[in-house]
Amino acid sequence: MFSTKNFNRSKPVLFILILFPSLLWAYQFVTGNLGVNPIEKLMDELGLMALRLIIITLMITTLSNIRPLKSIVVLRRMIGLFAFYYVCLHFSTYIVLDHFLDMQFIIQDIIKRPFITFGFISFLFLIPLASTSTNNMIKRLGFKLWKKIHYLIYPVAILASMHFYVLVRADKTEPVIYMGIIILLLLQRIFKRLTRHQLVQ
Amino acid sequence: MKILGSEITPYKTYLNRRKFIKGSLASAMLATVPSSAFANHESDPSIYSKNLNENDKLNSYEEITTYNNFYEFGTHKKHPHLNSGNFKPRPWTIKIDGLVKKPQTFDLEKILSNVTIEDRVYRLRCVEAWSMVIPWQGFQLSELIKMAEPLNSAKYVQFVTVFRPEEMPGQQKRTIIWPYREGLRMDEAMNPLTILATGLYGHEMPNQNGAPIRLVVPWKYGFKSIKSIVEIRFLDTQPETSWETLAPWEYGFYANVNPNVNHPRWSQGTERRIGEFKRRETLMFNGYEEEVAHLYKDLDLTKFY
Repeated sequence: MFSTKNFNRSKPVLFILILFPSLLWAYQFVTGNLGVNPIEKLMDELGLMALRLIIITLMITTLSNIRPLKSIVVLRRMIGLFAFYYVCLHFSTYIVLDHFLDMQFIIQDIIKRPFITFGFISFLFLIPLASTSTNNMIKRLGFKLWKKIHYLIYPVAILASMHFYVLVRADKTEPVIYMGIIILLLLQRIFKRLTRHQLVQ
Repeated sequence: MKILGSEITPYKTYLNRRKFIKGSLASAMLATVPSSAFANHESDPSIYSKNLNENDKLNSYEEITTYNNFYEFGTHKKHPHLNSGNFKPRPWTIKIDGLVKKPQTFDLEKILSNVTIEDRVYRLRCVEAWSMVIPWQGFQLSELIKMAEPLNSAKYVQFVTVFRPEEMPGQQKRTIIWPYREGLRMDEAMNPLTILATGLYGHEMPNQNGAPIRLVVPWKYGFKSIKSIVEIRFLDTQPETSWETLAPWEYGFYANVNPNVNHPRWSQGTERRIGEFKRRETLMFNGYEEEVAHLYKDLDLTKFY
């Protein structure tokens, strides 16, 4: 049985581990060590990291259903906020480095290109999630409403994986794996719900 | 626009020069440090500079040979550079068939002894909205077509890439339907800009760039410039091409560089020149409008993209 204390103690290490890639890529970018097309590389790495973290937050909830791992849920907020951090870096790389704040172009791009539309909506949905991720907010909104808002993580995850799927030109193995994991995690929730209802009846 | 002032070099002299450069490369290798080997390829880029547009700068040998789309060696940009070491580009033959006087198989060396190798500095614009400027060596496709003696009924040319999954690990996975196929209309194939390239920066074509012989059609998106060609077929109907077969709503047969035709995935209005920070405007027909626009005067380019 892992206690809340165990998981809380791992937080500083996790914090550094998850933060580290962004610092490394920033350093490599500035020193010209991100390869031949550094802006593309930076954007890809940041986006992939964000998607993986989103999936990990979903996994944490699933894992917390297993009794000895119940307390793992205390890690969810930190990882979720890191996902938002990487999405913000990913999005600002696109806006600032890739398109130099050419807003007219960017708006057209978001409207015209489905994969960017998916990514952008996913980013928008993450904003209410991130901004209500404090204990104070849970109190203010009430747990029920707060929980409802946080169901947005499902469309966020689905849209983010579609964003990646559509982007890949051929050999969609990697995005399909991510989509598969997301679908399994969602099925687990539906299954849990159905069985709980039966028990109540 | 400045065309390719084409420093014309007889093939023999060219080979000798190549040997010389190779020799100096070998000594550079002895001094270790791989990046110095890259630098050596560019020891005298001035020989190409007179073919350059004033807004263009040559990309480095390292950029051109480590950032490639060549799915036969893997789908990542660095895979062709990393995974093409076992590929054997010699001996090599090209099969000529379809609507020709006599179907035959040419030895590559025989083809090369009948053509004039020239320098051609071209912009290469990838459909993914990045571009490079590359100093190719090669000869006009029209020269090979003359050797092939196509019939009058031949209206299209189809090209096929080699299929060797044991040497090309990307082919072990069905990312696209192998072998890779491309095609041109006969007048596009005969256009003086269209070349078969056998080298770059004065060196034999690196495996990752399509050794030993590849097509270069500078006014079309890069995927039209098929690599490692083993078969050329003359047809009276428009051939199927690999990307068009895979996603016809994204890639057309013509695939002319066109900033005004929208693409569902990438804006084609701008591009990132590899090595530059800010995007630049994409030019109609990749800047070769003067040379090729007449080929399409009766064609609706929004429909035939």
